[in-house]
Amino acid sequence: MKASLCSSDKSFRIVLLLCALTVPAIALCIIVTLITHSTEAFREFGFLGFISSADWIVTEGHESYGAFSFIAGTLYTTLLALLLCAVLALPISLFCGEYYRGKTVSKFLSTITSLLAGIPSIIYGLWGFFTLRPLIISLGLSEVGCGVLTAATILAVMIVPYAANLSIEFIRMVPDDLKESAYSLGATRAEVIRHVVLPTAGAGIFSAFILAMGRAIGETMTVTMLIGNTNNIPQSLVDTGNSMASIIANQFGEADGLKLSALIAIGLTLFGITAIVNMIGKLLIKRARV
Amino acid sequence: MKDNTKRRIFLSHALHYAVCSIAALTAVPLFLIVLKVFTAGIGGFSVAFFTESAPSAYKTLMGESGGIASGIIGTLMMLLMASAVAIPLGVLAGTYMSEYKHKRFPAVISFLTDLLQGTPSVILGIVIYACIVVPTGGYSGFAGSVALGIMMLPLIIRSTEEALNIVPPTLREASVALGASFPTTVFRVLLPNAFGGVFTGILLAISRVLGETAPLMFTALGCASVRWDLTKPMSAVPLMIWEFWTDANLQELVWSAALFLLLLVLFLNFLAKYIEKKFTR
Repeated sequence: MKASLCSSDKSFRIVLLLCALTVPAIALCIIVTLITHSTEAFREFGFLGFISSADWIVTEGHESYGAFSFIAGTLYTTLLALLLCAVLALPISLFCGEYYRGKTVSKFLSTITSLLAGIPSIIYGLWGFFTLRPLIISLGLSEVGCGVLTAATILAVMIVPYAANLSIEFIRMVPDDLKESAYSLGATRAEVIRHVVLPTAGAGIFSAFILAMGRAIGETMTVTMLIGNTNNIPQSLVDTGNSMASIIANQFGEADGLKLSALIAIGLTLFGITAIVNMIGKLLIKRARV
Repeated sequence: MKDNTKRRIFLSHALHYAVCSIAALTAVPLFLIVLKVFTAGIGGFSVAFFTESAPSAYKTLMGESGGIASGIIGTLMMLLMASAVAIPLGVLAGTYMSEYKHKRFPAVISFLTDLLQGTPSVILGIVIYACIVVPTGGYSGFAGSVALGIMMLPLIIRSTEEALNIVPPTLREASVALGASFPTTVFRVLLPNAFGGVFTGILLAISRVLGETAPLMFTALGCASVRWDLTKPMSAVPLMIWEFWTDANLQELVWSAALFLLLLVLFLNFLAKYIEKKFTR
């Protein structure tokens, strides 16, 4: 009797372990696949050569591929989106975490913010294309309306929930006695926020934005629909370009041979960059929580 | 000494008002998006919209608009297939993580779960293309559902783990004291008590992959007719939007499909919130 109980316990523990092992198996499969399929491109152009070249020539016989313009496109859109996102997300987190902490109105606002995270990216793309793009054209910012600025604006709205939700948590954790001692010295609320709340929660807020950046880097559909899809380094905020995700989305379907390998090499680069950014973000959060 | 108290108080109030007004501004994009999708899409809702498959180029020119039945069936089939694998796998893996949380090996798996969760969905698309589409000789709904399942897995693992972590240890001790075996304790005591969190996580995972386009473009590819066969290319609602969004004749269909998707996603989100509230005391 006892023996059978033990063996059922043991076999169940093995089942649990096997289920958990699917995660490393999938991760390994992703990494191995990306590496094996990108070797052709990396062997042809060299790792540094591939990353630093801005060529994207598909003519047969003169094929030359490089990821630099797409890395630049990703960098521009992501950083601009992060900047715009900060303008929205910081006030939200101060509103919910400090000014109206625990009030119904801040619960309502954080619900609205998290709903933003639920909207499918293709709908953001549609809305950006048919509502924001005409606006940008009529403002005279750009003739085509698509470009880095358009993509980054929508991206910023998309990553607000990721940045805000964590920031709220960290601003809420600022100890009351720290704030009270500042008030007792005669500080105004703005001064308490500037000199106590933000410095104390700063590390956490920073890590929240790093994680939001990890989201923005890999975002595909919205950027593909709004960035204009030209294979060049964007020269200004309103110039068109391509991000790493959008070049894959656009050209993977009809690619083969060296071009396919080059696109998968871009995928590997993108995977590496997001993994590093996310790792740094998680590490910083772990540190900020202690 | 110059007295700047007035200025300081003024600045403090100014910051307060600025924070309030910018925070209120966040509701604007959500409101505008929902409004736009509603006004542009509600007109296309009809019986035919839900029962007919996508129009061909010829039919479009003749002014027929067709429907998204092929997308709905495809999304349904792929979601069912992905859920059937990812939900049990994710819940059990989450149980493992919560059971052995202070050991070293689960920490490695936890790290890899984060890695998987942060992986851009388009990369899953190209990996599944290379691993499944190429070896099996063609695009298929099966490949699409694998991509969706991989996206769901880390979300379900995390939510199960977190939900189990807040189940009071006294409950487990009571169960073990009554002589229950480990599987009984997990299935009859721990998971039922964590049901709210687990179910919320599953709903959110489904709503997340419901709108995913990028991992399906190179796996399920899309298909013009209603199809139940997972071994053939298959359509999905977001894929149909992607296919038709630049077609000037099909704008109403595109917006109606977007509205359908949006309503579904918002419904799942609200349901998740409701269940979370109901089951967490």
